[in-house]
Amino acid sequence: MEWPHKDLLDVGQLSREEAEHVFRTGRYFQEINARPVKKVPTLKGRTVVLFFAEPSTRTKTSFDMAAKRLSADTFSLAKSGSSLTKGESLKDTAWTLQAMSLDALVIRHQASGAAQYLAERLECSVINAGDGWHAHPTQALLDAFTLYQEWGSVQGKTILILGDIAHSRVARSNVQLLTMLGAKVRLCGPRTLMPSAVGGWPVEVGYNLDEAVRGVDAVMCLRLQLERQTSCLFPDGREYARSYCLGMRHLERANAGAKILHPGPINRGLEISSDVADCPDSLILDQVASGVAVRMALLFLYVTRKEVE
Amino acid sequence: MAAPELVIRNARCLGRAVDLLVSDGKVLELTDHAPDRDYGAARTVDAGGAILLPALIDAHTHLREPGFEYKEDIASGLAAAAHGGFGRIMCMANTRPVNDHAPITQAMLGAARKTWPQGPFLHPIGALTKDLKGQELAPMAELAEVGCVAFSNDGLPVADTERFRRAVEYAASVGRPVIDHCEDPHMAPAAGVNEGAISSRLGLRGQPDVAEAVQVARDILLAEYLAIPIHLAHISCIRSLEFIRAAKARGVAVTAETCPHYLLLTEEAVDGYRTEAKVNPPLRTQADLQAMRAAIADGTIDMLATDHAPHAAHEKDVEFDLAPCGISGLDTALPLTWDLVREGVLDEAAFRRLWHERPAEVFGLPANYFRPGDPADFILFDPEARWTLTTETMRSKGKNTPFLGREMRGRCTLLSMAGNVVLG
Ligand SMILES: [Zn+2]
Repeated sequence: MEWPHKDLLDVGQLSREEAEHVFRTGRYFQEINARPVKKVPTLKGRTVVLFFAEPSTRTKTSFDMAAKRLSADTFSLAKSGSSLTKGESLKDTAWTLQAMSLDALVIRHQASGAAQYLAERLECSVINAGDGWHAHPTQALLDAFTLYQEWGSVQGKTILILGDIAHSRVARSNVQLLTMLGAKVRLCGPRTLMPSAVGGWPVEVGYNLDEAVRGVDAVMCLRLQLERQTSCLFPDGREYARSYCLGMRHLERANAGAKILHPGPINRGLEISSDVADCPDSLILDQVASGVAVRMALLFLYVTRKEVE
Repeated sequence: MAAPELVIRNARCLGRAVDLLVSDGKVLELTDHAPDRDYGAARTVDAGGAILLPALIDAHTHLREPGFEYKEDIASGLAAAAHGGFGRIMCMANTRPVNDHAPITQAMLGAARKTWPQGPFLHPIGALTKDLKGQELAPMAELAEVGCVAFSNDGLPVADTERFRRAVEYAASVGRPVIDHCEDPHMAPAAGVNEGAISSRLGLRGQPDVAEAVQVARDILLAEYLAIPIHLAHISCIRSLEFIRAAKARGVAVTAETCPHYLLLTEEAVDGYRTEAKVNPPLRTQADLQAMRAAIADGTIDMLATDHAPHAAHEKDVEFDLAPCGISGLDTALPLTWDLVREGVLDEAAFRRLWHERPAEVFGLPANYFRPGDPADFILFDPEARWTLTTETMRSKGKNTPFLGREMRGRCTLLSMAGNVVLG
């Protein structure tokens, strides 16, 4: 398949066929990752820049490892100063990057739309590693890939996404991707943590976890930012956990063998209880392994794409 | 009869061909077009069938002088006004320093007189509270004395209802109206995108329409309780209109304005993180847009205003959240809203009411109904002139508009203020 896209900004850009092509390519790299020598020369001489304006050890390490296993050179661009008060910063970053003649830019940024902003100005591929509350396409692809590894497909499966949906780029991207791939998606969390227009999304919405978990094939927990309690979005961690911490008692209502996912890092006892996180049906560590393979697949597809006029 | 000093021949006015005779800066007569008649005028202009309109009045402009002259200064703002068909513009107080004491007002008026002595004319709006902080009242009597025509904290609405009440009462004793920027400042202030489908999809914090409507409702209750008129700025949504319509029906003295962009664009315009469509209040839904159009036609909305908010290019060329709100509007308001006449949303009489008569009445400015003795403040407008809006064709320093690149239909070819031909 000739890859037709220059950038990966959100999963809505991909067709079902393209997403499944990413999974097939990912499976190939997953096999390479199981070998004693995990490096292939596929992207030798290519340059991948990791620009993480917002800290994330996991995603950054995952991309770095993916690029290095493909023999690409990777550079990290540090973001000087964490506060974005001067508007010129992203524009200046764009000019600097343009001068570096790189092949791919992986960007994590606190502003929704930052990846698109750079993609419109740069000639290289831009891969969105999470922008604000907007999108986290590589996370969604690795989540779906993990479920494909288990089930072969997500067609007809019911997947519950639990927690802070409103501020979650992971949830936004997963809703788009999983529904496109034929899954039924359910959302659960307090009303204050739901997007205002969630009624127009192709999902079921519930506020009661005991009901929402009934008959699901997988539960995807999201990370909760405790700081949000100061904006009156929920009272405190204890109160939140009472209603929305996924425990073993909830799983009894789910379908047998229901899978557990979490993008990490986990707040044990807040979003998910320890026994659920560590149970045999938990795919949390598989997600980490899948992450490297899927990101290898994406770097490969985007960097070696044929330019279509 | 003395010979007129200026005659406009062969203009169209409310559908008929007319000649306009001007003497001593005033309308002498508006008469049926007489091709063969010699008026013996000092100066004659053949309008060639262009439309004769009263010079537009903009009750809501942000000129950035003093303080932010790189965005706009009084001279460039008045240039944009003149070319856009505006004879008078009212400028908001959110300059730096804020227009909250007489020397600032006087400096603004001095800069206007120096650069555009014959018009367009500047009518400053004074701050309602010192430094727009919403705490202490600005010296409104002094500000009114040197030329402020109204008072407003536009941009930083007064959240504290008690303080707002006192400000409205005090302004009334000075004899000047209050213009309120209706926004509950605790609900996603200046988010620049409507809370709804687009904000949810783009992952942006949106501002709900109730943030506007809740303050519209408050202002209506206060206006009614105090029996003092309040003018509601840049209304954008159905929820506000419902309150305003009901208030007017029971005789509450509120007046309201909206801006061209709320009649022409929806929240979709910010899709793709388009900062040039980031405006406060935010662009709303298609249903809101249709309701706003109905409200300018039926009089629920009294007047149109540009909310001209120029910004430098680099300020808008950033992530959506960091970009300032505002559209540069003086250059484009006339052709954009004339399109509504062409579409049958408005007739020419309503257009004159919205852009001239009501703002003149509400803010006590001279009005021209083309009756003998009215000030000869008028424009000629060629509705068929085609031109493209580019950074070069805009006179404002602010090129921040979502209409950039659009072909405009219609342009102001002549502006006369008190019989002086300022442009054309
Ligand atoms: Zn305002």
